[in-house]
Amino acid sequence: MQTTPFSVAEFIAILEDLLEVEFTFHKVEELAQAYERFSATEQHYFLGWIRRIATTNVEVAWRFAHRAPKAWAHMDERLLDAWAVHAMDAYDRKGLRAAFKVIDEVDQFARLSHAEAVGAVFGEIAGVLLTFVRGLSGRPLKLTEGDASYTDSETLFLPPVIAEMVTAEDNFALAKAQVALLWAQTRFGTFRHDLDELIAKFSDQERALRCFHALETIRLECCLARELPGLYREMLRLRETLGQSRGSAWLPFEERLVHAIGIEDTIQLLPKAYVTEMPPRLCYEGELRVAAIRETLAKRQAREKMLLRIKLRELIDKAQEQPDEGCAGEKHFEVRTIGDNESLEMELLLDGQPIVPPDDMRQMMTSIVLDFGGIPPDYLFPAGDGEYDPRLLVGSLKDPDEVWQGVYHEDGAFLYPEWDHQRQHYRKNWAVVREKTVTPAPIGFVEETLAHHAGLLKHLRRAFEAMRDDNRLLKRQEDGDNIDIDALVEALTDVRAGHEMTDRLFTRMQRTERNMATLFMVDMSGSTRGWINTAEREALVLLCDVLEILGDAYAIYGFSGLTRKRCEIFRIKAFDEVYSTQVKERIAGIQPQEYTRMGAAIRHLSQRLLEAEAKTRLLITLSDGKPDDYFDGYRGPYGLEDTRKALQEAMRAGIHPFCITIDREAHEYLPHLYGAAHYIVIDNVKQLPLKIADIYRRLTVR
Amino acid sequence: MDARTLSPETYFVESQPYYEAVGQEITIFDAAYANRLPILLKGPTGCGKTRFMEYMAWRLQRPLITVSCHDDLTASDLVGRYLVRGGETVWVDGPLTRAVRAGAICYLDEIVEARKDTMVVIHPLADDRRVLPIEKLGQLLEANEKFCLAVSYNPGYQSVLKDLKQSTRQRFIALEFDYPNADLEARIVSKESGVDRATADQLVKFAHMTRNLKGNGLEEGASTRLLVHACKLIAAGVSSVVACQAAIAQAVTDDAEMLKAMYELSSSLF
Repeated sequence: MQTTPFSVAEFIAILEDLLEVEFTFHKVEELAQAYERFSATEQHYFLGWIRRIATTNVEVAWRFAHRAPKAWAHMDERLLDAWAVHAMDAYDRKGLRAAFKVIDEVDQFARLSHAEAVGAVFGEIAGVLLTFVRGLSGRPLKLTEGDASYTDSETLFLPPVIAEMVTAEDNFALAKAQVALLWAQTRFGTFRHDLDELIAKFSDQERALRCFHALETIRLECCLARELPGLYREMLRLRETLGQSRGSAWLPFEERLVHAIGIEDTIQLLPKAYVTEMPPRLCYEGELRVAAIRETLAKRQAREKMLLRIKLRELIDKAQEQPDEGCAGEKHFEVRTIGDNESLEMELLLDGQPIVPPDDMRQMMTSIVLDFGGIPPDYLFPAGDGEYDPRLLVGSLKDPDEVWQGVYHEDGAFLYPEWDHQRQHYRKNWAVVREKTVTPAPIGFVEETLAHHAGLLKHLRRAFEAMRDDNRLLKRQEDGDNIDIDALVEALTDVRAGHEMTDRLFTRMQRTERNMATLFMVDMSGSTRGWINTAEREALVLLCDVLEILGDAYAIYGFSGLTRKRCEIFRIKAFDEVYSTQVKERIAGIQPQEYTRMGAAIRHLSQRLLEAEAKTRLLITLSDGKPDDYFDGYRGPYGLEDTRKALQEAMRAGIHPFCITIDREAHEYLPHLYGAAHYIVIDNVKQLPLKIADIYRRLTVR
Repeated sequence: MDARTLSPETYFVESQPYYEAVGQEITIFDAAYANRLPILLKGPTGCGKTRFMEYMAWRLQRPLITVSCHDDLTASDLVGRYLVRGGETVWVDGPLTRAVRAGAICYLDEIVEARKDTMVVIHPLADDRRVLPIEKLGQLLEANEKFCLAVSYNPGYQSVLKDLKQSTRQRFIALEFDYPNADLEARIVSKESGVDRATADQLVKFAHMTRNLKGNGLEEGASTRLLVHACKLIAAGVSSVVACQAAIAQAVTDDAEMLKAMYELSSSLF
């Protein structure tokens, strides 16, 4: 590494190259001068980031380069890294404008710099806090990064960094307090009253809302003091540390709300609070965003009413199926709350008899109770025939092909991150994966293949039969079901001869299970057209034939795609499908498609594989070349590194990946991806069907 | 006191075990026993199935023979086998045979874990024949009229492969167990461990939090048994948060993030 800093001229040259000045016409001279004062190490550090950002977008890199020297004065590496990554994430998600906003508002990032080392960064605390909030009772809430701490009653939003406190522990405690308070809003009925209507009565609505929020916070503090005393103590401590209080004018309100029962108490106090001096916002208080709440609430309530009524109908239908019940006349539902006012334990009664609602229904009832304080009577009428369109129920089960016929959207698709090796960070929700099935083709192909390879097949079948684990009778065991007569006779002779008698006198039936799940991931890219495709299909036919003998769980999926927005996984055989005529027709119908974006395919299929129950999980890729995709830079090192990362993720999850390829140059890159021993290159395409079963056998034999 | 050695069929539950009925289970068990019907207990771990069996054994004054089934448990382990003693082979009854002969209650815990061949001996015992075939002796053993077969099974976590077959489950009177409601559970915990009611209430609240996490990273929430453990620690002077962590959180998960979240929950609560 260079030890003396670059001169201005050198720096100009580097920047010109990185920022593609030839095309962008950015002026870099001034920029280069700003970097002159830095040490060589620092210059390298900045150039590294500019380079990494430039691979995402040159404009963003230019802005970054522009801002970075000034920002450096009150930032250190960790914070600057976070800032740069945040900017690129913003670019990925919302485009150039959002990225510029992050870069331009560097001061906001830097503002936190005094406590930067101790700030609670959303990405680091989200996991724990989400579990924390799920553990508290009520509706299953989501937790997302937002621009402030607020909730729309289903999702809790937290700012990217919380750093108001001096120590890391306290910042985490503050984040936890914020989350708990937002949770309390959903749990103790802050949204049970129409907030728009409430504040409409006041001339200064903003002030009214602020006062309402302050009053509610007091009420919820009291609820938390009862429910979570440990947390409440913590909240008081945080407030004290920061020297925050509401002021003496608010003391009467605090006293009044100690025994508050519900939102009504808050509403009652609002007119009086409205004319009192506005209290400062406390550290854990967050914001109250009426618009976000209004929208979510309206959507959820309509949906839940419909779903609950349909579920009730289903319960009645089920009750009537049982003959001894006697379906006498009108069915009437009732809900009884067990315990005190705020209890969520309840009982569903059908004609006075308690029935146990299924879990999803119980959850829905809880959610409705949170919204209304009970279940409104009109929710308890079972849906009539045809009252609701059943298609509304299956929101997520859309036909994956339909997506491309209308306007583009990512509904119902699986989103996976992708590793950007230049950035050294994941791009979040980058690859859009959809699962489709293969168009079936006539089954004739399968039969021809079997006939064509009859000789080989006979050999293979025998080999696989030998691998099958039948029960084995273990002899000479210390313990077992039966006496091993041979051993006993021997032992008795030993005794007569004056030797010691062995205690290994029993036989035991040993049953061994292979307990293995294998997922075959078949390259369906355009480059497999012709011989390769035929060989792949033939190989699969033979493989399925012998795997059926062995009884191992296996699945076959094809993969292809065009750009990150359209990664397609073709289901040929899922783990729970039997090797049926349809599966055979699908194998026959495997056709070359487009490109190979392997990372996304590996991530998706790893998930599928992990869902299969087995002790050993094997992911076998059949491929004909390097990962590759159209236009967006996946070709080359980016694709290789992403694939490698995806394989590492799979291995960490306990999957054993293996690759069978016909690419003769594979020795150059496959060791990097799979490791030296985890791939095999087949020289001649035609040998693939002959070899694949044998490879599988060698891989899985004990 | 010295440990006593008992043969299985003389193991009587001598003092009344503490048991709080959640529903009609005692009445149903009584009626089933009177009619010589076998019983299936369903429910999550640690919710009181075994305690219920002890209570019923005490109530009916029958010996209780419990077999915890595992995936290597064969029919011979239940019925019996020949052993070699001094150059001779000797037949030794298995626990099920002993129970059948002595008129005891035989409780097969986690029945689905046992090997499939055990069903061969359970089926004829579980229907109106009430006989135990002892293949190796070439005998059919008619059950003592006081004999009772009870099995337990946890529908929650077993794999699809280990589901109970219809032909088996349709022979039994089924009793479903679940964690008791909050009030009752707090009473049980407080009685079992000796902590005051307020602490028990808090602990039950914590248990509900962990049960909310079932399916969100936890396989199973904290059972009543774990609550009792935690409360015993608290009664012995361990602080609540530490007791929750040691007796509950560490018992249900190894995941670092989950442990941290559970720590946050318990420290919020106390």
